[in-house]
Amino acid sequence: MAQQPIELILTRQWASYLVVPVWVMGENGHLVYYNEPAEAVLGRRFDEAGEMLAEELATIFQTTSEDGSRLDSESLPINIALLERRPAHLRLRIRGLDGEWRLVDASAFPIEGQGGRHLGAVAIFWEAEPGGVG
Amino acid sequence: MDITLWGTRGSLAAPGPETARYGGNTSCVEVRGADGQLLILDAGTGIRPLSATLDPALRRVDILLTHLHMDHIQGLGFFAGLYKPGLEVHVWGPPSTTLHLRDRLARYLSPPLFPVQMRDLPSRLTLHDVPLSDFEIEGMAVRASLVCHPGPTVGYRITENGMAVVYLPDHEPALGARKFPEDAAWTSGFALAEDADLLIHDAQYTPEEYAEHVGWGHSSLPDAVAFAEKVAAKKMVTFHHDPQHDDAILARMVEDARRAAKLPFTLVGGIEGATFAL
Repeated sequence: MAQQPIELILTRQWASYLVVPVWVMGENGHLVYYNEPAEAVLGRRFDEAGEMLAEELATIFQTTSEDGSRLDSESLPINIALLERRPAHLRLRIRGLDGEWRLVDASAFPIEGQGGRHLGAVAIFWEAEPGGVG
Repeated sequence: MDITLWGTRGSLAAPGPETARYGGNTSCVEVRGADGQLLILDAGTGIRPLSATLDPALRRVDILLTHLHMDHIQGLGFFAGLYKPGLEVHVWGPPSTTLHLRDRLARYLSPPLFPVQMRDLPSRLTLHDVPLSDFEIEGMAVRASLVCHPGPTVGYRITENGMAVVYLPDHEPALGARKFPEDAAWTSGFALAEDADLLIHDAQYTPEEYAEHVGWGHSSLPDAVAFAEKVAAKKMVTFHHDPQHDDAILARMVEDARRAAKLPFTLVGGIEGATFAL
């Protein structure tokens, strides 16, 4: 059975203890974990949603820029961290699996392992206006 | 493949009559291939008595370090092979993001901690950052993977003729787990140890001791047993014994683990000098 790299295992365990919403992506851009605080923002428990492939994510979690205009997926902090291997930050709107739109501040950074291994990325986000933005 | 335990103690050598049965030397395991290849796992103080058994005709030896904590390298300067002119000595260790293995080892193998400098050794010494993948040493298949322990630390899986020994002397797979063991995919060391014929695993603490040492990088014996069951190991050897544990405590820990549940594998206390044939 395939096992996640130790860096991702420890990242997930670290995230599981935080009260800040955290989203962990694997190297291929698949969502491998989000913690309980993130469940409140995204509107569904991770145990129910499970791991998702990159192509599924774009349809499951809709995002726009802060003013509601279209946002290219390449502009999402998590994708910048994954694809360009650098940290990024953005205020954006995201529609969770409960159908609610929320304004969030998202910061992301790549997970770089020893030996030049690019292992994924982590996004930390805060709801800018708790309760949704309609 | 023949495996010999030359040092099973963790953290600090603990010689004395109260540890005479399990032994007091720190981590060192000999793996001998079918064609006489010699792989040495870690260079704790157990490597010194191993040195006395070296075949004069030996032309190459590979020392595979899991990490550079003192109990895993303290015997390196006392390995007789380093002083044998012409002997190929390959030392493999986990990569670092900052310093080459030579520079990290030289912190110990140089004055004032040690009188001899590595550059003055007469053997043909080669240092390698161990690949975090599958590779071969003298026809033996080796896999190294980073595992849960403070600082860059790897475990090793060595396979020959379809039989695998897995060496995880310093390993805390239960760290941070809400309920251990979790899914295999999220268990440190799982891929390395899956279906091991012989699993040599950290079992330093009792559950009570572990509660006071979470994050130190070691396992309780029950956690080690749970890990062995998760990976479907056929035989598990306890390792990295706490220097405070005498023979009576170690024997009791193993017996308690055997009594606690019907184990689907053979549990063996790691005794210095023990040998295993795979």
